[in-house]
Amino acid sequence: MAIFVDDKTKVVVQGATGHQGVFHIGEMLDFGTKVVAGVTPGKAGQEVHGVPIFNDVKDAVDETSANTTLVLVPARFAKDAVFEALDAGIRTVVVITENIPFHDAMEFVHYAKYKGAVLVGPNSPGIASPGKSKVGILPGGIFLKGNVGVASRSGTLTYEIVNSLSEKGMGQSTCVGLGGDPITGTSFIGALDAFEKDKETKAVVLVGEIGGASEEEAAEHIIKNIDKPVFAFIAGRTAPPGKRMGHAGAIIARGKGTAASKIKAFEKANVKVAKFPTDIADLVEKHD
Amino acid sequence: MKLFEYRGKELFEKHDISVPKGKLVKNEKDFSGLNFPFVLKAQVPIGGRGKAGGIKSVENLKDAKENFSQIMGMNIRGYTVHKVLAEEKVDIEKELYLSITLDRSKRMPLIMISGEGGMDIESVPDEKIFKEWVNPLIGIQSFNIRSVVSKLKLEKEEGKGVAKVISKIYKLFREYDCELVEINPLIISKDGKVMALDSKININDDALYRHPDIEPELVELTPLEKDAKNKGIAFIQLDGNIGVIANGAGLTMATLDALTHFKGYGGVFLDLGGTDDPEKVKQAFELMKKAKPKVIFLNLFGGITRCDTVAKGVKAVITKEGIDCPVITRIKGCNEDIAKDILKDAGLITAATLQDAAQKSSELAGGA
Repeated sequence: MAIFVDDKTKVVVQGATGHQGVFHIGEMLDFGTKVVAGVTPGKAGQEVHGVPIFNDVKDAVDETSANTTLVLVPARFAKDAVFEALDAGIRTVVVITENIPFHDAMEFVHYAKYKGAVLVGPNSPGIASPGKSKVGILPGGIFLKGNVGVASRSGTLTYEIVNSLSEKGMGQSTCVGLGGDPITGTSFIGALDAFEKDKETKAVVLVGEIGGASEEEAAEHIIKNIDKPVFAFIAGRTAPPGKRMGHAGAIIARGKGTAASKIKAFEKANVKVAKFPTDIADLVEKHD
Repeated sequence: MKLFEYRGKELFEKHDISVPKGKLVKNEKDFSGLNFPFVLKAQVPIGGRGKAGGIKSVENLKDAKENFSQIMGMNIRGYTVHKVLAEEKVDIEKELYLSITLDRSKRMPLIMISGEGGMDIESVPDEKIFKEWVNPLIGIQSFNIRSVVSKLKLEKEEGKGVAKVISKIYKLFREYDCELVEINPLIISKDGKVMALDSKININDDALYRHPDIEPELVELTPLEKDAKNKGIAFIQLDGNIGVIANGAGLTMATLDALTHFKGYGGVFLDLGGTDDPEKVKQAFELMKKAKPKVIFLNLFGGITRCDTVAKGVKAVITKEGIDCPVITRIKGCNEDIAKDILKDAGLITAATLQDAAQKSSELAGGA
């Protein structure tokens, strides 16, 4: 099984012929991802690592039956790209692009919801289901096939945690990078629900950070709806209020969104919270 | 980007929202054309200026001159006052609170309105704040506005006036990519006018490119932070004395947290991002040196980023320009062994784990 992306995932890459596009199409193919198409307006007929390029998403879907898109286009074109993909019938949208105006994100997130599609990101590193598919820019080498589901608001920190799980022999069912922006299509709750249903997933690791209330909401949701064991790490325990800590969404605004509040909420939901990122692996291991 | 009150009010006027008659005063001559009594207001990008003495009511020219010279140059919670707004006083009948902000959970603009205007909204009890969410794909509808205005128990004409302001600030919120538009207080004057006595507008930095009429003003940043921003490096100055360089915002935050565990305190948050470009690494180290930390802690996880490329960049800077504080490094991931050798060769301390590195950095910085 796995969540959001698996062996049935057929990927079209929007922004395929740029430096990032070419590099990550290669990386995804190495991981075993079915990358079936690329889109760059005006470049139909070209190929990237043998993957055909189309002028628009509709052509790509018609020709290749792509069902998932990876959005790598620059921020100012991202809204257009997502609307285009959703109108072409794409069911899973993964937005890697950073610095998208949040008013744009607000619009395409609502449109995805209206279309009944899954949208992950923006400012996400992507999704990887080891042994099946990777849609994004996560480094393939850190993953191991297994039963831990990971959902995270950051990139490198997640790689660190996944790597420490893999080193201890605890593989992952799926790792979802939710994105570091204030507005994201899928939050912890969406990932938790999917992991709860997924037969392959036996435990869930959440990597949160300061800003917003998605960890607190996840904690409430866990109490009511999630039976699988959940572990967490929260970054930004020492972040000062009012400062945006690198991610657009990582800001303690008007006293809300502190790490202390999130840790407290998780502990109330019986979710063990690790002190150091690499300790997560120990917590999960002990639980086994 | 937070706009000063007077710039926010310029946007209000552009959107046909009434504000008191006033102008920016640079010296005493500028008082001409304003009728007494008026109010002098320090322009700073932070709240609480009234309590700090940054807002003064003046009755005559002598009064005005005295207070103006006091306010100009005053320091309000770290911000020096360079601009003062003078506004004619309005006779207030009612004070309301009105804002539109982003509700991150619902991913929607959130309208908040309250009959308890003029005070810090944090201190207003929840049941006295009325909320309405707007679907961004549909836009604001009459029912959205009615649902909150009806709860305020206003006179009919007053209600109509407030409704118009809500519709106008929603338009402004969307048009200018705002994170926040707040009017506190929104007043109803004795002669029945609805007027914005204050303005707080925060525009999404990522959208500034499409608002060429909004002149960027990096007033909230330190000089080094401004320098970093121009170079495209995520760089934040904090209170401690350890300079943290890591890749990725989450990892950088987690590194600061690890330091605190060992009683060491971060003085700089520097996120290298996904780069291993030697030029960026060089710029990052140069910025870090200017911040004069007691210890530099480099924490890298190489995924796509190759640790050895970053290490080479670091070595190049250090051998060429020298460094006058200890550098502790902790490297993990892609090509970590090669990277460690390069860094050892450059005379830097390499630690095995995040905990070890954090402890060592904290000790050297005078913490643990």
